[in-house]
Amino acid sequence: MDASILLILAQDGIVNGAIYALLALSLVLVFAVTRVIYVAQGEFVAFGALTYAALTEGQTPGALWLLGGLGLAGLAAGLWQGRGDHTRASILRLLAETILLPAAIIAATLILAPLKPGLITAALLSLAIITPMSPLLYRIAFQPLADAPVLVLLITAVGLHLALTGLGLVFFGPEGYRAPPFSDAMITAGPLLLPGQAIWIIAIALALMLALYAFFEATLTGKALRATAVNRLGARLVGIPTEQAGLIAFALAGFIGALSGILIVPLTTLTYDSGFTIGLRGFTAAIIGGLGSYPGAVLAALLVGLTESFASFWASAFKEVIVFTAIIPVLLWRSLRHGPTEDDE
Amino acid sequence: MTRPDLAKLWPLPALAIAALLPWLPGLPAFWVTLANYTGISAIVAIGLVVLTGIGGMTSFGQATLLGLGAYTTAVLSKDYGLSPWLGLPAGLIITAAGATLLGAITVRLSGHYLALGTIAWSVGLYYTFANMDLVGRNDGINGIPPLEIAGHPLLDSRAMATVIWIGVILAALITNNLLDSRAGRAIRALKGGTIAAASFGVNTARTRLLAFVYAAVLAGFAGWLYAHLQRSVNPTPFGFYPSIQYLLMTVIGGAAHVPGALLGAALVTLVNDRLQDLLPRLFGARGNYETIVFGTLLIAALQWAPNGLWPLIARLRPRRHPIATNAAKLPARPMPAPGTPLLEVVALRRTFGGLVAVNDIAFTLNAGEILGLIGPNGAGKSTTFNLITGTDTPTAGHVRFQGHPITALPARAIAALGIARTFQHVKLVPTMSVIENVAIGAHLRGHASPLAGLLRLDRAEDARLYAEAARQLARAGLLAEADRPATSLPLGQQRIVEIARALCLDPVLLLLDEPAAGLRHAEKAELATLLRRIRAEGVTILLVEHDMEFVMGLVDRLVVMDFGTKLAEGPAATVRQDPQVIEAYLGSIE
Repeated sequence: MDASILLILAQDGIVNGAIYALLALSLVLVFAVTRVIYVAQGEFVAFGALTYAALTEGQTPGALWLLGGLGLAGLAAGLWQGRGDHTRASILRLLAETILLPAAIIAATLILAPLKPGLITAALLSLAIITPMSPLLYRIAFQPLADAPVLVLLITAVGLHLALTGLGLVFFGPEGYRAPPFSDAMITAGPLLLPGQAIWIIAIALALMLALYAFFEATLTGKALRATAVNRLGARLVGIPTEQAGLIAFALAGFIGALSGILIVPLTTLTYDSGFTIGLRGFTAAIIGGLGSYPGAVLAALLVGLTESFASFWASAFKEVIVFTAIIPVLLWRSLRHGPTEDDE
Repeated sequence: MTRPDLAKLWPLPALAIAALLPWLPGLPAFWVTLANYTGISAIVAIGLVVLTGIGGMTSFGQATLLGLGAYTTAVLSKDYGLSPWLGLPAGLIITAAGATLLGAITVRLSGHYLALGTIAWSVGLYYTFANMDLVGRNDGINGIPPLEIAGHPLLDSRAMATVIWIGVILAALITNNLLDSRAGRAIRALKGGTIAAASFGVNTARTRLLAFVYAAVLAGFAGWLYAHLQRSVNPTPFGFYPSIQYLLMTVIGGAAHVPGALLGAALVTLVNDRLQDLLPRLFGARGNYETIVFGTLLIAALQWAPNGLWPLIARLRPRRHPIATNAAKLPARPMPAPGTPLLEVVALRRTFGGLVAVNDIAFTLNAGEILGLIGPNGAGKSTTFNLITGTDTPTAGHVRFQGHPITALPARAIAALGIARTFQHVKLVPTMSVIENVAIGAHLRGHASPLAGLLRLDRAEDARLYAEAARQLARAGLLAEADRPATSLPLGQQRIVEIARALCLDPVLLLLDEPAAGLRHAEKAELATLLRRIRAEGVTILLVEHDMEFVMGLVDRLVVMDFGTKLAEGPAATVRQDPQVIEAYLGSIE
């Protein structure tokens, strides 16, 4: 291996690592606020990517009907869960969230899609279509279990992942998609040849991390989310609506997932079920980082990205094996360092 | 013959049905095939009942473990020409070894780390199968030799149905045996919280590992059956999705019940078969559409029927536990001479950040006395209690028991020295009867291994443990409630059950955390009588209490705490007159 291959592998690893870092961050966030290990987040990567790819080709994405269906299911779930204590205002809000908002997005897409919108419009539209699905799913699947043990929430998340994969097949079909990059430019920096898309990915990842930091440090909503993460009951006692916090955390995760998909689909062909293994890499990073530390998750994500890129060079057949089993020594180290955990749930 | 004995004979007719039913003339081959896959799934699901429903852990890697068993026997019998029967022990050893490795790494961490570890392991091992030349990569291994009995190859799927269902019945039988043994009670005790289990000497990490390995071995067994039924293996059925399907069977059937695993396996196998036929026609294309239904079912089951279907079908009553009144008494430990120092608490300190919760507390407990530790809310009594019992670690200072330092010892080791405790917030296992809960207290007085439990070699010892549990329940006046679900008793009686459980440890020292809370007046008097009788038998008691009236009439000496410091110490009557105490504590309740 010479230096140029080394550089190319490192560059690949960092670009992928940036995506995994975004996914890992939102996983840590969702876990902290809701205790859900959001296995289904990978689906948002695939759905975002496929929706974006369809829009750039002037097609109407199948995701629209999924959004509509989830909206109706969300309405039914909301009415059922709040039975007995609905007010006119709460029903209106529920209708706005589950019917009006999806309907508006669907209408906008139906108008814009045939016009073959520009890349930025297509990206924004894709985000608008995919992001609301995540809080809807929170309402349907997790809200009734808000006080259940972590394990039950994890099994629920796995069930959700299973259902979404099947729905992905229904709404997107089995074909693989690829989309045009945001920029075709190739930038030469010394021995490095940087494709424009790689720079976009890293720039957006950094910007998003800064935005998240600002959100949690400077806004009231961000602080409420942090408070919920530290102590749900305490947060509820001081008047923070923890259900709202869950919805926001899930929306952020959906947004980040869809954005990650839009960013990588110009680099690699994705199908309806590609999301799981991508999401799982985010997971590996989040777990290596300890499921509680944001900087830890970002660093671990870079490590996962680099491991993957070098593993694909040396032992490409066993790339996945190496990436996923990397978590095992980390768990061992954690177990030895922390000693026994007395979790009483 | 009495009813419970009859109930224990279920395997005999079941075995007869398993052996004969597949040969029923006119039974369609399709039903036999379905029965075969149901049986294999049921064995995996029974393992998950122990792991998930009873042990409170979960695995998303059971199909991969099944694959490990299947590949082992496939390679050995096809490539190395060994008898398929030798593939069984080999497969079991390999699945057990793999599970031990993965389990040992994760069982000491919070529960969800094991689950996440199994996802990583299941995906990783799947890709290993798919890329390894030894196991034929994605093509897998074909032409696996069939099982043979006395030279006759079992090629007929009806013959395999007989073998598989005998396997299911054996799996159910040994699982029931395990759950009814000392090791099984330890697994079930995990549901009452690991702190409570550890306080009675249960090695919680090892118990969790046992449950995981047991489930893995059953999956490996199912894999062996699968390989010789299918006579070909490839990576597809051993990935993450099939693993979730096994979990779904367990959750839907009734995660905590062995028959529920059979029900769930039958339902999911049947529905899966129908869906794979129906859905592609509905959507007009081929694909795994059934995942939509199964994913949704899993979520719906967790929301609406978290205990699964079995409890809705069967009226579940805890099994009556016959008590062998003639069982030999367990050996008891010698009690220290009355009046000798038993527990010495020296300059014990615990700070939480800037807050000094326990501020250099010191006192000595002498053998044969009842010492009351009292103080207003927030005085640091419970923290002191936790420091002595090993559930919390002091910032400074130490505790000595019979001259040995016990400060840094885990709760399990402290229990082994003869220190038993109760909990301020009652920690009984809701899914166990009163007497089963009490028997957990005698965990350290039995020695039967899990294997002895599986094979029923532990019956004599187990009868002695139960006889001891019954004796302590009788002593506490609750023998009549022995077979009721523990948490169906009023809270006050649950506290008494906790005392009976603690007495089962044969303690030298009994630590009671607010035992009188929630008791009515007459019950308090009975409790005081019980505690006096225990003292008379040589057991030393440390009592943390709020109820002054209860404490005053009972204890030999009092230690009063306030704001983390010791305010006074001495005979109850003297302490009562102490102006500081009156101001800090007694005065405040007048």
